[in-house]
Amino acid sequence: MQLITVAGPPSAGKTSVMLKIIETLQEETLRVGVIKFDCLSTQDQILYQKKGIEAKIGLSGNLCPDHFFVSNVQDCLLWSQKNNLDMLITESAGLCNRCSPHIRDVMAVCVIDNLSGVNTPRKVGPMLKLADIVIITKGDIVSQAEREVFAFRVKQANPSAIIVHVNGITGQGAREVGQLFKGAQSVDSLTDYHLRFSMPAATCSYCLGQTRIGQNFQMGNVRKMDLS
Amino acid sequence: MWDSLSVMTIKQLFSSYPYAADFFSSLPNLEQSEESSVGAYFAAIEEDTLQDLGIGRQEFLEQFLSFMLQMEKLKEDKVKIESITIIGGKDKQGKAEDIELTIHAGEIVCIVGPTGSGKSRLLADIEWVAQQDTPTNRKILINGQLPDMRCRFSVEHKLVAQLSQNMNFIMDLSVEEFVSMHAESRMLENIEEVTSHIIAKANELAGEQFNPDTPVTSLSGGQSRALMIADTAYLSSSPIVLIDEIENAGIDRQNALRLLIDKQKIVLMATHDPILALMGDKRIVIKNGGISKVILTSEKERGNLILLTAIDRKMLAIREVLRSGGHIDEIPMALEEII
Repeated sequence: MQLITVAGPPSAGKTSVMLKIIETLQEETLRVGVIKFDCLSTQDQILYQKKGIEAKIGLSGNLCPDHFFVSNVQDCLLWSQKNNLDMLITESAGLCNRCSPHIRDVMAVCVIDNLSGVNTPRKVGPMLKLADIVIITKGDIVSQAEREVFAFRVKQANPSAIIVHVNGITGQGAREVGQLFKGAQSVDSLTDYHLRFSMPAATCSYCLGQTRIGQNFQMGNVRKMDLS
Repeated sequence: MWDSLSVMTIKQLFSSYPYAADFFSSLPNLEQSEESSVGAYFAAIEEDTLQDLGIGRQEFLEQFLSFMLQMEKLKEDKVKIESITIIGGKDKQGKAEDIELTIHAGEIVCIVGPTGSGKSRLLADIEWVAQQDTPTNRKILINGQLPDMRCRFSVEHKLVAQLSQNMNFIMDLSVEEFVSMHAESRMLENIEEVTSHIIAKANELAGEQFNPDTPVTSLSGGQSRALMIADTAYLSSSPIVLIDEIENAGIDRQNALRLLIDKQKIVLMATHDPILALMGDKRIVIKNGGISKVILTSEKERGNLILLTAIDRKMLAIREVLRSGGHIDEIPMALEEII
C-alpha cells in the first residue's frame, strides 16, 4: 500500500488538483482512495466518488483537526487495505499553518496557491517546510513574474523539495505529479512511525470547554504576549 | 560547507552572501548577534523558538545548508538553449505524426487548431521535455540532444514561461517595486538599472504611459500586458515563451514579439489572429491531438501581412471614432479602399 499525505491551506485547490492527478493514475488502472480530513463539513467525497474514487470523510468537529488526523491515520490505512487499494491519499487543511500531518518515510505533499501572496511561503510552517513535493496552483491567473517570485520564495522556504505547478482546472502538470506519486513508499502499518514534526500543543482551560475571558479562567498551557 | 560557514560572523555571512539575510529574516536576536559566529548563533537558538518555528534543530541546520547550496546554484550559468526539437509521436487515434521539427532561439512559431485539438498537450509535452512518456508519445530534444532530466522539476531551469489572456497582477506593489522584486529573485546585481530599463521598454509597447510608482493593480489591460512581456523578455529565466493570444488593444503587438525574439527567446504562440499568425516563421497545425502539418510562412503571406496590418490600423481608427463619440457611417467606404 502506497501512502501519501497531502496538506495545504483551505481553498488552495487540494481537491481539484488531487482529482486531476488521480484521474491520470486511474488511466494506468491504479486503485487510488482518498480520505479527506476536515473540521465542520465537506461535500468533497461526492466529487471523488463521481470519478469512481473510493473516498471517506473524517470530520474532527471540536477537536484539533491535525491531532484528529494522527489518531486516525493507522485506521485509515487498514480501511484502504481492506478495500484492496493500491494507493491511499490523505487530504487535510493545515488551519493554523503550524500543523503538519507529514510522517517520516511517507511521501509528503503541500499544496499552496499563487493567489495567497508572495509572503505566504514564509508564514507556512512544517506543512510546507518539511514536504517532499510542493504543488503550486492557480498559476493561470497571475503574471509570469509573480509565479517566478512565488516559486523562488517556496524554494527559499523548502530548498530540497520538488516544486511543481499544477492547474486544477485544465489538469496541466497533473500527469507529471502522478508519475512522482507512483514512487511513493509502501507502508504496511504506521505503528511506530513518527510524525515529521510535533503538533502544536494547547492543553489549557479553553481546550476543556471554558468560554469565559479573563485571568481567573486561564489555566494550563497559557502563553502571554509581550506588548511592552 | 558547514565548516566554512559556521566560523563566519553573521555580519560576514551577510556581506559575502547577501541572500542569506532572507533565511534569517524571521529569526530572533539577529541584530545583537551580528558579531557572533554562524555556528554559535545556531547553537544559541532556544528549543522554544524552534518549536515556534515548527522545525527541529538538526533539520533546521540541514535546511540552512540546503538553502545556501540551492541559492548558489541559482547564480550558476545555465546551458544556453539554442534549439528545441519536437519528434512526432501519435494523435488521439494512434496515427503516427510524421514530423521532426526544430525551433531555434529567436524564432516565432504559431500553433493553430480548434479548441480541444491538442494545443495545450503539445505545450505540456515541451514543458515536461517529454521522452515518449506522455499520451502523445512525443520526444523533445534540447540543442539536438537528450536533456538533463532534472530540468523537469527545477525552479531555476524552468523551460517555459507562460503569458495568457486571463493573467493579472495581484501584488499590492508599485511597478518599480514589483520589477525589482522579480530581479532580486533572479539574484541580479544591477537591479536598479534593469528595473528602469524594463519600465521604459514596457512604456514603449503600451499605448498609454505609466509611471514607476503606479501600482501594478491599477494598470490598464494593455499596460499590464506590455509590462508582462517586457518583464518576461528581460527577467524570466525560461528560454521558451508561450503566448496565448495577445489582445489587440493598447499594445504594440509586433514590437512586443520583436522584443522577445531579440532576447533570443523561442516564442510559441497559440493564435487565430491572422496578423500574429503571419508574423511567425512557421505555424503548426494541430488536429485530433496530433501535429497534422507545419506550414512555412510564404513570401506571399508576408506580403499580405502588410495589407492586414493596414486593415487592422483602420479598425483601430474606427474604434477610436466610436470611443470619442463620433459617427461611423463613412468608414466602410474607407475600408473598401484598402482592400
